[in-house]
Amino acid sequence: MADRTAADPAASRKRLALLLLMAPALVWLVGLVVLPHVELAVLSLRARVAPRVYEWSFDQYRTFVDEPLYWRTFVRTAAMSILATACTLAIAFPAAWYIAKIARGRAKTVLFVLCLIPFWVSETVRTLGWMILLRESGVVPRLLVDLAITPVPVELLYRDATILVGLVYTSLLFMVVPLVSALESLDDSLIEAAYDLGGNGWSILRHIVVPHAAPGIAAGAIVVFMLTLGNYLTPTLLGGKNSLWFTEQIYAQFITRFNWEQGAAFGFLLLFLSTAIVWAGLELTGQRFGDVMRRA
Amino acid sequence: MIPSLPRPPLSRYATAAYVAAFFAFLFLPLVVVAVFAFNDANYPAPPWRGFTFDWFVGSGQRRGLFADAPLLASVATSIVVAGWVTVLSVAFGTVNAFLLERTEFRGKSALSLLMLAPLVIPGVILGISILAFASRLAQFADDWWGLELDFLRPGLPLVVAGQFSYIVSIATLTIAARLKRFDITLEDAAFNLGASRAAALWTVTLPYLRPALIGAAAISFLMSFENFNTTLMLVGSDPPLTIMMYGRMREGASPVLNAVSLFLMVASAAIALVLMRRPAR
Repeated sequence: MADRTAADPAASRKRLALLLLMAPALVWLVGLVVLPHVELAVLSLRARVAPRVYEWSFDQYRTFVDEPLYWRTFVRTAAMSILATACTLAIAFPAAWYIAKIARGRAKTVLFVLCLIPFWVSETVRTLGWMILLRESGVVPRLLVDLAITPVPVELLYRDATILVGLVYTSLLFMVVPLVSALESLDDSLIEAAYDLGGNGWSILRHIVVPHAAPGIAAGAIVVFMLTLGNYLTPTLLGGKNSLWFTEQIYAQFITRFNWEQGAAFGFLLLFLSTAIVWAGLELTGQRFGDVMRRA
Repeated sequence: MIPSLPRPPLSRYATAAYVAAFFAFLFLPLVVVAVFAFNDANYPAPPWRGFTFDWFVGSGQRRGLFADAPLLASVATSIVVAGWVTVLSVAFGTVNAFLLERTEFRGKSALSLLMLAPLVIPGVILGISILAFASRLAQFADDWWGLELDFLRPGLPLVVAGQFSYIVSIATLTIAARLKRFDITLEDAAFNLGASRAAALWTVTLPYLRPALIGAAAISFLMSFENFNTTLMLVGSDPPLTIMMYGRMREGASPVLNAVSLFLMVASAAIALVLMRRPAR
């Protein structure tokens, strides 16, 4: 009996401490993440029938299916994002390989830090750089004229390839860092053994390197894909009016047209696409979400 | 492949050329931005017309950075927002780290997964969901109590809330990772020596967490300063720098944008250097 009365205040103090520690997390997650998304879901599932009178309906989602502009933009955004992720992987892999496996000592550290530096600068600044390089009066078109490759300056902005360059550039860091750490943990002697057993570059890459680096590749690809899909700045500035990026549709509905119901539905579609592809990527490579996020 | 295997010279040169091209690609846009901040022309484009400081100190026809009041005001706005986001993220992140590493309760793994969720929600969607929810709350307060809650309308408080909602995830991860490696017997030793809980926390645990707290603060500040997507949806009448620059870049460029960009590059390089010189323990 005496034992219980002694334990009870201690136990209730412990509960109080737990509640106090949990309060900030609950305020944050419920107030800024869960409830806002519930509100967004409610918005997307209603239609206005008269001023300030709403009823439940799937109208917003039906508009998305019926209007080719909307779903084409959606599909295009997804396809371009996958393409940009693949390009980023292809460009980042050799560089990550060099940093992890070939560079030694100080050179290795310096190269790795050099990779990080451009990303300390805001995306706005980096995009400004690309605009100065690529627009009709910019550096590259001028160079092409000087080298007599084109007779007059050509406009290099507002093309799909330009958007792709911008997206890949913005994403490189998020691919290089997980790749370097995955490749560094690969023991060189495994590659040497494979070589001694008659493997060549391709077969070693396929059977030794890629299986070992798979978690890093998956982490990088997932993060790059998400960031690309949700990007707004790069497609609008480098692609102009032709960019047709889905986030622009969300912005247009929410801010320009003040049609929040439609915008909310678009937001959910983007969230669904992003989650679905991340989930598929994790399933394909047998990864767990928590591990990937901690690595990235 | 690797240095210990025989590599033909051709492959060595190809590798070196690739790495050189890769880093040229990385730095080309930044170099171009920096160079054209000093070009003596009204438009950041070639040809080179000579060197000038006009885009920093000029006034009148060529309004430089330090005479451009709206631009300077937007830098100040960004600093204020980033300051709030940093303080809130580090404070919440520290408490969350203790919650994750020091307590056991039902649903803990679900809660820790939920804490990662804001990192996979596109920033635009975080922005619109918080905008919609805040507007619902404001409507509610108005309908029921006749209150005008201005801070729930698009503006800086919402921008801070929107950026905080995902930056605190990163702060939590950073601080929790360090707290995980903390040797709990150090705290026991402090208790044995007669320290109170508060004293042990203040003199033993928090000093140990210091590098992670500083790291989390630096990352939070930087991510807030650079944020565009979430901010765009929540911004009111006083834009932070990224929004201001975006607006001007759409209208057509003036080299003053290069000047402010160069200023940012120097500032973030300085922060990076300070952080890296600090010995990582």
